[in-house]
Amino acid sequence: MTALPLEAGAAVRLTPAARSGWRLSWVAGAALVVSLLALLPLGFVLWVGVQTGWDTASALIFRPRVGELLVNTALLVVLTVPLCAVLAVALAWLTERSDLPGARTWAWLLVAPLAVPAFVHSYAWMTVAPGLHGLPAGVMVSVIAYFPFLYLPVAAALRRLDPGMEDSAASLGLGPWAVFFRVVLPQLRLAVCGGSLLVGLHLLAEYGLYVMIRFDTFTTAIVDQFQSTYNGPAANMLSGVLVVCCFALLGLEAAARGKERYARVGSGAARMPFKRQLGELSGPCLLLPALLCVLALGVPLVTLARWLWAGGASVWRFDEIGPSLFQTLGLAAAGAVLTTVAAVPMAWLSIRSPGRLQRVLEACNYMVGSLPGVVVALALVTVTVRLPIYQTAITVLLAYLLMFLPRALISLRAGIAQAPVELEQAARSLGRTPAQALWAITMRLAAPSAAAGAALVGLGITNELTATLMLAPNGTRTLATSFWAYSSEIDYAAAAPYALIMVLLSLPMTWLLYQQSRRTAGR
Amino acid sequence: MKLLSFSLAGAALAAGLLAAPLASTAQTVKPSAEGIVVYNAQHASLTKAWADAFSKETGIKVTLRNGSDTELGNQIVQEGKASPADVFLTENSPAMALVDTAGLFAPLDAATLAEVPANFRPAHGRWTGIAARSTVFVYNKAKLTPEQLPKSMLDLATPAWKGRWAASPSGADFQAIVSALLELKGEAATAAWLKAMKENATPYKGNGTVLKAVNAGQIEGGIIYHYYYYGDQAKTGENSNNAQLHYFRNQDPGAFVSISGGGVLASSKHQPEAQAFVKWIAGKGGQDILKTGDAYEYAVGTGVASNPKLVPLAELQAPKVQPSKLNSKKVSDLMTQAGLL
Repeated sequence: MTALPLEAGAAVRLTPAARSGWRLSWVAGAALVVSLLALLPLGFVLWVGVQTGWDTASALIFRPRVGELLVNTALLVVLTVPLCAVLAVALAWLTERSDLPGARTWAWLLVAPLAVPAFVHSYAWMTVAPGLHGLPAGVMVSVIAYFPFLYLPVAAALRRLDPGMEDSAASLGLGPWAVFFRVVLPQLRLAVCGGSLLVGLHLLAEYGLYVMIRFDTFTTAIVDQFQSTYNGPAANMLSGVLVVCCFALLGLEAAARGKERYARVGSGAARMPFKRQLGELSGPCLLLPALLCVLALGVPLVTLARWLWAGGASVWRFDEIGPSLFQTLGLAAAGAVLTTVAAVPMAWLSIRSPGRLQRVLEACNYMVGSLPGVVVALALVTVTVRLPIYQTAITVLLAYLLMFLPRALISLRAGIAQAPVELEQAARSLGRTPAQALWAITMRLAAPSAAAGAALVGLGITNELTATLMLAPNGTRTLATSFWAYSSEIDYAAAAPYALIMVLLSLPMTWLLYQQSRRTAGR
Repeated sequence: MKLLSFSLAGAALAAGLLAAPLASTAQTVKPSAEGIVVYNAQHASLTKAWADAFSKETGIKVTLRNGSDTELGNQIVQEGKASPADVFLTENSPAMALVDTAGLFAPLDAATLAEVPANFRPAHGRWTGIAARSTVFVYNKAKLTPEQLPKSMLDLATPAWKGRWAASPSGADFQAIVSALLELKGEAATAAWLKAMKENATPYKGNGTVLKAVNAGQIEGGIIYHYYYYGDQAKTGENSNNAQLHYFRNQDPGAFVSISGGGVLASSKHQPEAQAFVKWIAGKGGQDILKTGDAYEYAVGTGVASNPKLVPLAELQAPKVQPSKLNSKKVSDLMTQAGLL
């Protein structure tokens, strides 16, 4: 989760005064509490591992079924991520660096599939091609559902690149292709690595998509085990292996990212890059974004229309849809506010008072955000089963908090980084306490970013399935769980209104994401 | 103002992180203050029809928590006496046995037991059958002729059936069938059959999905329960028009009739309401919904006929299995060992 495409990365120079005497303030305390909370699922997985004992644990982990799941999951990641990356780079280049007709419209259309929840994508594909299943289907639908996560940062990075370096390379005799591969592509490394990590983590966490097209991954197998034994050791051991997979991805990304500098040296502004003329190639080049839009937007929308048409007026059962919508909005709003508020202390510390301890704390938050909802939910089930918060909205919100904290954190960091520290210092010199200064000055300036972060969290909650299924209070039916209940009974027509509402709710947030990514590029 | 904004920021955090458990205590103490909580593993639509009709008749509110048999059964066991559940309804009996073994059921009223014949409920009377469902082999009419059908469910373990049949191993339905096999043929035979199944069968998620695949000709046949076929036939037939049901009969493990159970939790603080709900389902009101509604499960109430479209229960020649003896824990262990879970 370290790489939502919103990172502004503006550096703030800190005066010694800003650092001193702050570390143990209540802000640090709050950050510590949130970070420890974030470590709960991880601690739980370790604890269960120890509890289970080596003999049982190894019998449950080192068996052929786990091998199968490992192969499935690994193949999925290894095939999907590079495909997404190649597609994203090609599309980003077309929309940002060429005179592709309608480039701005394509840029927005290529982000729009994010408004369609992943399991709605596979529902659409199951309708169009009922025989789809297994690894090829898994890879195809995953690419379609998740490539925008790579397209967004890559396009933003391309917009931001200083074309001066390309000019120099060209003047030294490199052809256009050589310039692209030797100058442009290396500079996209951070964006590609970050986006790839995000896609990879989504692949590990996704449940509904793969159940519908019959492809078993660790996440689907954990839910199977959960439904067979509630929280038996087998489910917990599988989730242990899944955690290891997530960390492997994180490590891989860190290694691939490298330590090179990518910033311009010296002052001045980069000029706008020239758009390359596609000439007679623009026809064939248009095919790529067009095809992708048909697959990623056309198929779901046509399918939804088809089922809504087939179901007629009777599928619009507002007595059921109304409460689902209301509960979803309630959970999304509460979760978004809670998560954003919880992220404030950590975000502030990491910008205003960076140090080794802060970096460790922050890493805790990101790490847990990378854990699939199923692992977080399983941990919370076992931890809360004897507590009064069991099966209340509190537990679900806690799960959302843990899962979506990085989204809020990254947005807030960007916002706080843009709020000048001098204003905060001025407020303090006028007698405000640090907390007052933070609240009255910095938070007010960072409010737009906080809102963007909250919207991202809300979007995540609206489309969240597994943790909600496992933790929700009695009687809860969110849009996602209602959709899931109907589509598992193969009542695709009754499921369609829920899917449509989820898409409509997600659209404005996707738009926001798109706008934000253009703004960070400064254009 | 300064103080206010400071305390606001603090309060927001505190509200989120510290005061939250306190607020929730008020919520959990009486989750069912105005009604009963039903842990429902039966089909959501059937139980909703039951609950709506019951609420309409009695004014007692019913809140449903939907899940699968073993998931909710194990959940109740883990929750123990603190369980918010008042009533537990399942699709199959192994999960009922699981909760009963943990000593968590209250005895049912004699009047409730009187609604159901003795062969559809355990003798101890701590839960009762509320519906029944028959195992069938569903096959694609274009791919298999009646002569090519398996004579016994055990035949599906032979190499001849490799890659030709499907099931939904993660579902409670299929696990109930395995528990009957375990009860009838013993552990070694069951383990061997499951091992062969891992080799031979294609796993799907959900019986409806198996039916859909068979209908589409993606696979020749599959083990499911009968009513998925009838339900789809009653709607559009889109997922079943090319399919046909084969009943194994002859007391074969594949002719197993699974009993859906209903019971009242001993820890329920709403005993009268909970007892009334189970009695209502087992009685005429609930059983009529099975007979006339679109659930197509068998009615088990005394003197209540099932939906006339179904093959009568008496003609199915089901093997005799004590529903209270079916063991879900052992089944999920065996299936985990076989690599199916």
